[in-house]
Amino acid sequence: MRFVDEYRDADAARQVAAGIAATVTPGRQYRLMEVCGGHTHTIYKHGLEDYLPETVTLVHGPGCPVCVIPMGRVDDAMHIARQPDVIMTSFGDLMRVPGSHGSFLDANAEGTDIRMVYSPLDSLRIAKANPDRQIVFMAIGFETTTPSTALTVRRAAAEGIENFSVFCNHVLVNPAIRAILDDPDQRLDGFIGPGHVSCVIGCEPYRFIAEQYGRPIVVSGFEPLDILRSIHLVLRQLAEGRCEVENQYTRVVPWHGNPRALAAIDEVMTVRPTFEWRGLGTIAGSAMRMRDEYAAFDAERRFDVPGIRVADPKACQCGEVLKGVLKPWECKVFGTACTPETPIGTCMVSAEGACAAYYNYGRFTRSRVREAAGLEMSRR
Amino acid sequence: MCLGIPGEVVSLSADRPDLATVAVSGVRRVVNIGLLSEAAPRPGEWVLIHVGFALSKIDEREAAAALAFLEGIGRAYDDELDALRGSAIG
Repeated sequence: MRFVDEYRDADAARQVAAGIAATVTPGRQYRLMEVCGGHTHTIYKHGLEDYLPETVTLVHGPGCPVCVIPMGRVDDAMHIARQPDVIMTSFGDLMRVPGSHGSFLDANAEGTDIRMVYSPLDSLRIAKANPDRQIVFMAIGFETTTPSTALTVRRAAAEGIENFSVFCNHVLVNPAIRAILDDPDQRLDGFIGPGHVSCVIGCEPYRFIAEQYGRPIVVSGFEPLDILRSIHLVLRQLAEGRCEVENQYTRVVPWHGNPRALAAIDEVMTVRPTFEWRGLGTIAGSAMRMRDEYAAFDAERRFDVPGIRVADPKACQCGEVLKGVLKPWECKVFGTACTPETPIGTCMVSAEGACAAYYNYGRFTRSRVREAAGLEMSRR
Repeated sequence: MCLGIPGEVVSLSADRPDLATVAVSGVRRVVNIGLLSEAAPRPGEWVLIHVGFALSKIDEREAAAALAFLEGIGRAYDDELDALRGSAIG
């Protein structure tokens, strides 16, 4: 394909790899977290760890919106979906995420009306076509999808669509990063910042990572060379004793984000005092709820929501994987009881979950090969 | 839903300035362009779409890169395209 080669050229990759090798201090260990699940996917698919010195470890972060939904919220959604006359709508990614009593797909098979939609706006079409039913959109996602939910609610208000509401589970990336930085189990030297979230929020909100925690962060594109270059930029900051927010993905991410998208979120939603994350526990100020002005579109006020709290399954170690404490294959059920076909944990459900990415491509990666063979070897 | 998919703008809606028809891997669908901070895109320009909303304008080069990324992701992108085919934003 035209154009793409410039982001995938093997010679260019080797050049960046040589630059990285020349930047690291011999003997020093580096742990860099890529926050976004899309980056995790590229890293595994292209075996990018093979281009890095042994002393540079990539740690996979919590940036997969499906992965961080706690079981209790799935159960709450299921409770709403089972109310009389309710049609629940959901992104396809969420359909296979297990709650305590099965997934949306299982519930659908048992007659609960849960429909997959591509866009929250599709829920409005369903609402108009079913005026005697209540349509509830199961809203999930980081700041990338939050503006879409906000604009959909605004549209519903403008069109006077009264049988539509949102079960809001939108989460914020920075409180999760802060929670990970505050975790004493975790030692990170720098971050590869998410690409599409940053299209919306821009680069400024990451400043606390550099200024309060003294860690560099580089917002990165999704191509293999983007990620290698971003790793190089982080390592260069560390070598030069700098801690800054840098933007490698300038071709898509504006420094100040998308002001219209931010304004849409701010009009319709406000930050919750706390929210439970799968594996990470309760994090203050880490998610959004509907503003009082839009209470009529808030499923949590329209329906009696039990507020179910469920501990993650004991066998599942998604929490440790999401915090980067465990590599996917170190989880006890990885690839045996938990596979993409029969997921126990959320990280195995989404293509951007670290476990699913690792399951699909992990056999090629450096550490896995080394562990399996019990000797030092590399693909290249 | 987390995938940003590139779409080439085919036409703008005459009566709804917040809507445009785009082509994504051969699938033509209406998307909302009301969140774009830049000026409305013209036919032939590319946008990066998240769950039915264009969030940024991109150039053809970036569109090709984004598409290559998505095709590499495999089934998740097929599922996304299937979902898009079922979408009818109005």
